[in-house]
Amino acid sequence: MEALEKFRQETRAWLEENCPKSMRTPMSEEETVWGGRNAKYANPDSKLWLDRMASRGWTAPTWPTEYGGGGLSKEENQVLQQELRRIKARPALSSFGIWMLGPALLEFANEEQKKEHLPKIVRGEIRWCQGYSEPGAGSDLAGLQTKCEDKGDHYLVNGQKIWTSYADKADWIFCLVRTDTTKKHDGISFLLFDMMSPGVEARPITMISGASPFCETFFTDVKVPKKNLVGELNKGWTIAKRLLQHEREMISGMGLGGVGSGSGLGGLEQVAKDYFGEADGKVASPSLRDHITRQKMDSRAFALTMQRSAEEAKAGQGPGAASSIFKYYGTELNKRRYELLLELMGTKALGWEGDGFDDAEIGVTRSWLRSKGNSIEGGTSEVQLNVVSKRVLGLPD
Amino acid sequence: MALVLTEEQQLLRDTATQFFQERLPIANLRKLRDTKDATGFDQAAWKEMADLGFAGIMISEKYGGTDFGPVGLGLVLEQAGRTLAASPLVSTVLLCGSAVQLAGNATQRQEILSAIAAGDRIMALALEEGPHHNPTHIATRAEADGSSYRISGTKTFVLDGHVAEQLIVVARTNGDENDRTGITLFLVDPKAAGVKVTRTIMVDSRNAANIEFDNVSVPASAVLGSVDGGNDVLEQVLDIARIGLSAEMLGMVQQTFDTTLEYLKERKQFGKVIGSFQALQHRMAVLFSEIELCRSVVLDALSALEERRNDVPLIASLAKSRLSDVATLMTNEGLQMHGGMGMTDQFDVGLFMKRARVAAASFGDGNFHRDRYATLEGY
Repeated sequence: MEALEKFRQETRAWLEENCPKSMRTPMSEEETVWGGRNAKYANPDSKLWLDRMASRGWTAPTWPTEYGGGGLSKEENQVLQQELRRIKARPALSSFGIWMLGPALLEFANEEQKKEHLPKIVRGEIRWCQGYSEPGAGSDLAGLQTKCEDKGDHYLVNGQKIWTSYADKADWIFCLVRTDTTKKHDGISFLLFDMMSPGVEARPITMISGASPFCETFFTDVKVPKKNLVGELNKGWTIAKRLLQHEREMISGMGLGGVGSGSGLGGLEQVAKDYFGEADGKVASPSLRDHITRQKMDSRAFALTMQRSAEEAKAGQGPGAASSIFKYYGTELNKRRYELLLELMGTKALGWEGDGFDDAEIGVTRSWLRSKGNSIEGGTSEVQLNVVSKRVLGLPD
Repeated sequence: MALVLTEEQQLLRDTATQFFQERLPIANLRKLRDTKDATGFDQAAWKEMADLGFAGIMISEKYGGTDFGPVGLGLVLEQAGRTLAASPLVSTVLLCGSAVQLAGNATQRQEILSAIAAGDRIMALALEEGPHHNPTHIATRAEADGSSYRISGTKTFVLDGHVAEQLIVVARTNGDENDRTGITLFLVDPKAAGVKVTRTIMVDSRNAANIEFDNVSVPASAVLGSVDGGNDVLEQVLDIARIGLSAEMLGMVQQTFDTTLEYLKERKQFGKVIGSFQALQHRMAVLFSEIELCRSVVLDALSALEERRNDVPLIASLAKSRLSDVATLMTNEGLQMHGGMGMTDQFDVGLFMKRARVAAASFGDGNFHRDRYATLEGY
């Protein structure tokens, strides 16, 4: 306990000295730091903050120091996160490498691969994207067809991925490929390669929100060094599943967020009072007031469930059955929250661009549209319910 | 926040599970109902519950209680909910025991709490006056008459009212029907002149009564807590009851879910078990999610009581609202998935649906508590 307190004091002092003042303010989505070869920093402090955090390995606090990580224990990391929240520090780096690929590499990659890739992820030098879904392989991900042939001294990759997040901005891809066409799950391998390789092309897709975070990604005779295979040939599905777990955890947290964090609109009840009106201190519409309460209650209940699950895991009871519902419930909750916001804000949340609406209002409209994808990406709600039915409840096929 | 049980609590849960499964299974409730039992609960079993320490679970050791606290009581209630066990736990322990604990003077505590812990006294709270929970609408009046009071009014939905040996009556000593202040709690002997108790047979086969008070004289020593200051105590007592009932409903919901799941794995139609149909699987998975959230909320509410957190009213309303609604949803879904058999008295799911509605209506349903939650949160 004493050592932990000492760590807190040191951390607090270090952050006080090293976190630039402008990095302690709310951040817009455009200011998110993703790193990578082509990273652009609107604010030079963002780069400074990233480099300082990375120098301590604190962009990936619990990874081993030999791979550039912070080498912190769970408890120390908790302290670090508390201290970061205390000063409202922006995330120094947002990265699929840290959230998804890194944990998989730590578990499945060989020593050479870990040494090669992990430090660059920590420092934000290489930005990764995920090559999973294909036009013919969505919910049925294991039906993927992107072909990977053994050409002796290299692999040759041909095929197409879709919904590749930020493929047009990423430096490298971690990709599921078919290495055996006679088997389904046991014919998939996990491959890493450079997006600069000849034959790789990423085309952004315009979404209903107007943004283009996703791409169609085409591979035509892409040569990949054989050392870039992670784990054994045809055993990629195990890695893929583990990685999906990390992705689902990441997405399910969204049900708890504030109104498009940093938008400055305040909580649901404040939005209702501002945009609908109040009478005697109450939201003027009893119906909206009730809807707000349902939403708040469900959010609180969901947050408590995530907390209970974490406490059970800490008490060594393993990931309880409760954790299987997070992706489903969290995303549905988030979608409901945006539907409710639209009801609270009326036509003020129905603007698209230009005069007449402020940034926060446009932000709600766009986020409402974006939220629809939450229950589709990373395993649809229906797939999640299948998982609960079969694996948790033991219902038969 | 303690969302995970300690070893001691797990042991208590196991004891409670075994007791209710063996001593008060659902067959016990059916027997009480079918024989039109005059008491409405199993008196011998209640004595055994006292011996196991369940009756004195919230009562300190100096009055003969076990002082296991709210989390312990919640565990017992959850198991009681699984077998629909009829007992005076709600009326006597949650409501009246808590009221005496919170507001009683030394004499009242000593006398009443030791009797409750020993299983020697059944008590009832005479609060409601209309078909909806409304703890601040009190028309029953207690007029000062020298050094005593005279109580007149009509109470309804008094749980265990017809078997109670002592009543706590919520009466107005000041102000108008809808005032928050001016409410006083009185200890009243149901055998006193002017008290008329009529048992009401409820859909859940559990005890309730209408009670009329016609100029009932009680001494000043019958006041529980302070004159005109009853509302504060009442609110705390009601929150304890709401959280306790939520724990009971959690048991009911979980039992209905488990039973339904089992049925889906056995019942065959179209040549396969109906649990293989996705239309049913997804509904069960959704219910599973709702119940997991219920469990977290109930555990948090119980630990809020235990830790005397200042957000008890808020979490009590959250728990009671969620559990009332999910209990209704789960029992309705359970009945539907049992098909025609669910409509028969032979199957238990109907009993759970009936109890769910009564428990939901007790001390505020989802509507009441969402309104209260919003008011507490200032919108």
